[in-house]
Amino acid sequence: MTTDAPPPPGGTETRPEQPTTESFVEVQESAEFGELRRTYRSFAFPLTLAFIAWYLLYVLLSNYAGDFMGTKLFGNINVALVLGLGQFLTTFLIAWLYSRHAAEKLDPKAEAIKSRMEGDA
Amino acid sequence: MSTPATVLLAAGSASEHRPLIITLFGAFVVATLFITVWAGRQTKSAADFYAGGRQFTGFQNGLAISGDYMSAASFLGIAGAIALFGYDGFLYSIGFLVAWLVALLLVAEPLRNSGRFTMGDVLAYRMRQRPVRTAAGTSTIVVSIFYLLAQMAGAGVLVSLLLGITSDGGKIAIVALVGVLMIVYVTIGGMKGTTWVQMVKAVLLIAGTLLITFLILLKFNFNLSDLLGAAATNSGKGTAFLEPGLKYGVSGVSKLDFISLGIALVLGTAGLPHILIRFYTVPTAKAARKSVNWAIGIIGAFYLMTIVLGFGAAALLKNSDIVASNKAGNTAAPLAALEIGGGAGSTGGAILLAVISAVAFATILAVVAGLTLASSSSFAHDIYANVIRRGKATEKEEVRAARWATVLIGVVSIALGALARDLNVAGLVALAFAVAASANLPTILYSLFWKRFTTQGALWSIYGGLTASVVLVLFSPVVSSKPSSMFPGVDFAWFPLENPGLVSIPLGFLLGWVGSLLSKEEPDKGKYAELEVKSLTGVGAH
Repeated sequence: MTTDAPPPPGGTETRPEQPTTESFVEVQESAEFGELRRTYRSFAFPLTLAFIAWYLLYVLLSNYAGDFMGTKLFGNINVALVLGLGQFLTTFLIAWLYSRHAAEKLDPKAEAIKSRMEGDA
Repeated sequence: MSTPATVLLAAGSASEHRPLIITLFGAFVVATLFITVWAGRQTKSAADFYAGGRQFTGFQNGLAISGDYMSAASFLGIAGAIALFGYDGFLYSIGFLVAWLVALLLVAEPLRNSGRFTMGDVLAYRMRQRPVRTAAGTSTIVVSIFYLLAQMAGAGVLVSLLLGITSDGGKIAIVALVGVLMIVYVTIGGMKGTTWVQMVKAVLLIAGTLLITFLILLKFNFNLSDLLGAAATNSGKGTAFLEPGLKYGVSGVSKLDFISLGIALVLGTAGLPHILIRFYTVPTAKAARKSVNWAIGIIGAFYLMTIVLGFGAAALLKNSDIVASNKAGNTAAPLAALEIGGGAGSTGGAILLAVISAVAFATILAVVAGLTLASSSSFAHDIYANVIRRGKATEKEEVRAARWATVLIGVVSIALGALARDLNVAGLVALAFAVAASANLPTILYSLFWKRFTTQGALWSIYGGLTASVVLVLFSPVVSSKPSSMFPGVDFAWFPLENPGLVSIPLGFLLGWVGSLLSKEEPDKGKYAELEVKSLTGVGAH
C-alpha cells in the first residue's frame, strides 16, 4: 500500500491486520454491504438536501420577503426570529434523528461486516 | 465619545483594568503551559503528535471542536454585529451552526474510518499519491494561513482595544506574543496539548458567556420580548432592528453576497482542515459522531446566548458608543459586560470586563494553535513524508518535520500578522470558508461517494476551486475599492461580491466531475472498494 509508510518497528500505534484488496472488492460487491450502503445513503443524502434547501429558503425569505419576516407574532417576537430559532431547532432535531438511525440501523450492520473481515484477515 | 465607558476602551485609558485583565490572562497562559508540558511528556509517536493518541472521548472532543471553531470572530464579531445591525447579526450566526450537519451526516465518520492524520489521507486514498497529496497540502496550508492571519491581526486590534495599547510597537508585541505561545503549545504539546487548551478555552468561553447572558436576562426579568423591544428602541432603528435587512439587505448586490456567504459557511465547515483533523483524536467513528453531536449542542447553545449578548448590548449601550469604540462592533460584548456589572468605575463592571477580555485572549490562542497544528501536520505528513520522501520517512523524522514546520509557520504568521496589523483582514475568514467549500469539500465528497472519481478530477477540483476563490477575492471589494477594504486607496475590484462562494463552489464541484469524465486514466476500482468499505464499516481503521 502506498498510502502510508509502514510503521517502524516499535511504533506505538496498534492496528488490526489489513484484509487484502480482493476481499475488499468482494465485500463491496456483496448484498450485505449493498444493504448497508443503501441504508446509509437513502437516509443521509435526502436529509442533507432537505436541510440545505430549508436553510436556503430561510436565507431567501430574509433577503426578499422582508414584510412577511417582519410580521409580529406576539410582543416583539416576529416571524424572522421564530424562523431563525426554528433553524436551531431543526439542526438539533436532524442531528438527533441521524444519530438514532445510525445507532439502530447502521452500526449493527457495519459491526458485523467489520468483525468478519478482521477475523478473516 | 463622552461616556466614561467609551473613553475607557477607546482612548487608551484602560490602565485601571489592565492589572486585572493581565492577571487573568496570565493565569490562563500559565495553566495552559503546564498542560502543554504535561501533554508533551506523553507525546512520543506520530499518532500522539498528530492525533493526541486517539484517546479522547466523544464529549472531550466535542468540547475541543467547539473551542477550535468558536473564534474571536464568532464570539466578539457576532455579538457586535447583532449590537449594530440587529437581526442580520443573528442571521449570520445560523450558517455556522447548520454547517455542522454536513460534517455529521457526510464527513466525520467516513473520514475517521479511512484516514490517519490529515485531510490528505482521505483525498489521496484512491489517487496517485504525490500529485494529490501536494494539492491537499497546498489547499490545507492556504486555508489555514488565511484563517490564521485573520486571527493574528484580529488579536492585535482586539488586545490593543481592551488594554488601551495604541502604539505600533505594542500591537506588534501582542501579535508576537500570540505567535510565540502558539508555537510553544503545538511544538511541545502536539495534538494532545492543543486539544486540552481548546477544551479549557471552551469551558471558559461558555462560562463567561453564560454569566453575562444570565445577568442581562435578569435585568429584563427573563422576558426576551422586552429585551428585544428595548434594543429596537435604543438602537434608534425601531422595529427594523428586529427584521432582516440592515446589513445584508441594503442593495441587490449585498443580498446576493449574503447568499454567497451563507452557502460558503454551510459547505465550508466540513472542509476546514483544522476541524477535520479533530476527528482523528477519538478511537472510533461512533465517538466521532458523538463529538459532532456535542459540538452541535455546545455551539448552538453558544450562538443562542450571543442573541442575548448582542441585543443586550444594543439595549444597554448607546449605538454611538459602540461604534466609537470599534467600527465593526467588536467591543460591544466587553462593553456590555462592563455596563451590566455596574458600569464604568464599579468593581463589578471591572471584574466582568476583565473576565470577558481574558476569555477573548484564550479564544484567540486556542484557535491559532489548532490552525497551526493543521497546517504543520499537513506539511509534514502529506508533503514531507509522502511527496518529498515518497513514504520512506520514519515516524520520528515526520514528527520532527512537523515541529519545524510549526516554527516556520508561526514565524511567518507573526511577520504577516504584524505587517497586516492595520489592514482590515476580517474578510479572510470568510475566504477560508469559501476555499474550504470550493476546493476541499467537493474532493472529499467525490472521493467517498463517487466511484468514477479520478486523480485528474481531484486535481482540477482542488486547484480550480482554490484558484477561483482566491482570484475572485483578490478582485473583490474585500481587497480594494471600498473604505472597508484591505487597501481602500486603490480600486481594481471587478468582481462585485465579497464572498466568492456563489461562483467558486459550483465551479469546484463541476471541475471535479468534468476532470474525472475527461480523464484518460481509469479510476482504481480496488482502491475505491477499500475506501468505501473502510469508510462505512471501520475495517482496519487506525
